[in-house]
Amino acid sequence: MNETDIGAYGVPLAMLAGAIRVSTPFLFVSLGECLTEKSGRINLGLEGTLVFGAMSGYAISYLTGSPWLGVLAAGISGCFFGAIHGYICKLPKVNDIAIGIAMMLFGTGLAFFFGKPFIQPQAPHLPSISLGFWSDLPQVQSALSINPLFLVGIVLAVFMWWAFKNTRWGLIIRMTGDSAPAALAMGYSVDWVRFLATTVGGFFAGVGGAFLSLYYPGAWSEGLSSGQGLMAVALVIFARWNPLACFGAALLFGAAGALGPALQSVGITQGYYFFNAAPYLLTLFIMIASVSPKRSLKGAPGELSITK
Amino acid sequence: MSALAQPNAPRRAVELETVAMTKIFGSLVALEDVSIHVRPGTLHALLGENGAGKSTLVKCIMGFYQPTRGEVKIDGKPAVIATPRDAHAHGIGMVYQHFTLVPSLTAAENLVISRAHPPAVIDWKKEIKGLEAFLDTMPFKVPLTVPVSNLSAGEKQKLEILKQLYLDQRFLILDEPTSVLTPGEADEVLGLLRGMTEAGDLTILMISHKFREVSAYADDVTVLRRGRMIGGGKVGELSVADMSHMMIGDTKIRERAARKTFTDRPVVLEIAGLFAEDDGGIPAVKGVNLKIHGGEIVGIAGVSGNGQSTLIEVLSGQREPTEGQLFIDGADFQPVRQQMAKFKVFGLPEEPLKNAAVPRMTVAENIAFRTFDEPPIASRFGFMSPKPMRKQARDLIASYRVKTPSTEEPIENLSGGNVQRAILARELSGEVEVLIVANPCFGLDFASVSEIRSQIMDQRNRGAAVLLVSEDLDEILELADRVAVMSGGEIHYVRPIAEADRASVGMAMSGH
Ligand SMILES: Nc1ncnc2c1ncn2[C@@H]1O[C@H](COP(=O)(O)OP(=O)(O)OP(=O)(O)O)[C@@H](O)[C@H]1O
Ligand SMILES: [Mg+2]
Repeated sequence: MNETDIGAYGVPLAMLAGAIRVSTPFLFVSLGECLTEKSGRINLGLEGTLVFGAMSGYAISYLTGSPWLGVLAAGISGCFFGAIHGYICKLPKVNDIAIGIAMMLFGTGLAFFFGKPFIQPQAPHLPSISLGFWSDLPQVQSALSINPLFLVGIVLAVFMWWAFKNTRWGLIIRMTGDSAPAALAMGYSVDWVRFLATTVGGFFAGVGGAFLSLYYPGAWSEGLSSGQGLMAVALVIFARWNPLACFGAALLFGAAGALGPALQSVGITQGYYFFNAAPYLLTLFIMIASVSPKRSLKGAPGELSITK
Repeated sequence: MSALAQPNAPRRAVELETVAMTKIFGSLVALEDVSIHVRPGTLHALLGENGAGKSTLVKCIMGFYQPTRGEVKIDGKPAVIATPRDAHAHGIGMVYQHFTLVPSLTAAENLVISRAHPPAVIDWKKEIKGLEAFLDTMPFKVPLTVPVSNLSAGEKQKLEILKQLYLDQRFLILDEPTSVLTPGEADEVLGLLRGMTEAGDLTILMISHKFREVSAYADDVTVLRRGRMIGGGKVGELSVADMSHMMIGDTKIRERAARKTFTDRPVVLEIAGLFAEDDGGIPAVKGVNLKIHGGEIVGIAGVSGNGQSTLIEVLSGQREPTEGQLFIDGADFQPVRQQMAKFKVFGLPEEPLKNAAVPRMTVAENIAFRTFDEPPIASRFGFMSPKPMRKQARDLIASYRVKTPSTEEPIENLSGGNVQRAILARELSGEVEVLIVANPCFGLDFASVSEIRSQIMDQRNRGAAVLLVSEDLDEILELADRVAVMSGGEIHYVRPIAEADRASVGMAMSGH
């Protein structure tokens, strides 16, 4: 390999590259969670949805030879998980958080069960778009070789941000999330809106899973997810339920995840595992720094069981 | 100017009747054979004491509850109303007793989404223009682009009414629409509505506890008592005494105890240099100093949203002050359970169901909150025995006349006034040294108002230091020994009651 030495600049560049690469699953799961929470329900099961999406996406890509069919399959399986969560939560005296945890275990367990035969074979990967052609530096080129899903995620974030303000459905979702009595008084079915929001949110999380197995790291294994689905919940709180801020927060988490490998690439191997823990530390730090016992969370949907 | 107005088919005021309406909750008959008739183009008042079934009746009309028996007739024809949506389709709209605006949405968003068929993609430029044109035809304004959570209670109430007018409803049900409005605002709103009924555009069914408004604005009244229709008629033919007699029957209203005079009572509660922030981290209480003597009621007047609720939250231990100190009898006071018990500090916060009760726990448990960890309820090993708890609850329910099916009813099922009585029973049953009360008579019928004010006066006469925060200036002028005015988080005006007059207090309330 003929790498041009760019010295210490390598670290921020590698982090940028990492941020773009690693952030996509964070982005999709957090957008899914954001949508669900805006409707007044928390789905902690998205970790399970993510893992199952990764498995089913990989399997379908392997079986059909089309990675994009894999992404679609992952999304549909995500819908399915979201729908189960949404349906069970419609029943009386059911707690959405408990169901979420059950769905998380159910999703990962099911994925491991069906995923056994797909650990070895190589499935076709998602292509990437090179946006770094203008530079001679191979590091820049590799940093800017971007997966189309990342771009789709950006468009989706902007669309959701716009839609929450400017569409009928956006307002209905925010209304059910903030005041169920108001929605009822206006004749909307709160359960039905939440069911739909959870189902569509599941779709997004499934797509995020497909990215994991079909692009980066790019293979199906049981240790594929490192808790992205759960961290996304923290990320949504950090982003104050704003889809655009979800994008920024996903990039930040992605960059933190890339810190360990980036330092390693410039030869700093000491504390590798410590730096690899950066995203978890960041989660913890953000949760502590962004909440206060004296203030209520700005922007939190009023119907969420954690803020109620 | 509403989006739904159809110029070629003008919809006129609706006539509405209920026929033998009955609603049974479990073992409780909340409504029994209630038949009322609201003539088109009139303002019809529905009166009754707390828990009489007024809200239940109108919720049955709206399809919010399904009546056990009975039906609704619109313009003489039986109508099937299974959900609020059906009611809206018949041109019936309602302003509920508790707000149904979405707090995080702006006024404009709330108005647009409440329409029967909001557009899939909303063109805000066009909508705002339409809304402004609509507001121009109204005598009062509300800011359109601010989240509703930032509006004052009065603005929210006006927005609720504007929302129904914007939807172009022809029959409007208002459940205590003026309880959060100042008398001036109430006149503005009721004047507008009265004008619309006189023009034949609208019929109104209004629940109210205020005789002044009923006499001034209503055409007809119907009175409910314990779920039954007891009487009614034309307003001009009924005196206030007739109406109040229909409401409570021969029950005697308690006479207010005379104000005992004390000389040289020591300072009991002292608030020194208190600063506090609200939920958003914005300073809401800015340097409040106040001394309250034993046997004295200090009334804090003010328009809602000027820091009174934050002040009460600090005093009742719900919020940490950022600066300042509290003293009782000269000793440092922290509003925690032990010290409250030691210094005998009690309180009735506003919205007691939210601030002083656990809605889903039973009446008996809620009444035991001050005493469950002491004998006789708590035994030596910290186990609770339910028998003394129920006995205590039964005694207090009887002596404070709380209307509840049993001690084991979840407190949230009680009517507003009875929740207030239950909490008051808990807070006043022991010896009281300091009493902190906020809007104690909000939404209560006249008999309960008189009862609760007497209780407060009794505590004062027994030597308690009472801090009374109220948005109702009449209440303060009636009860207080000294009047203070809070505006913008500060207390500007403190006068003995003899030197305070309505005009100067009003000036101070508006921040001058
Ligand atoms: N959802 C419910 N479940 C059980 N009981 C109820 C329910 N709603 C109301 N009640 C009971 O029905 C009776 C009538 O209540 P309602 O709310 O209609 O009174 P109200 O006349 O509106 O009183 P207020 O002036 O205090 O608002 C009360 O005894 C109340 O406890
Ligand atoms: Mg009521």
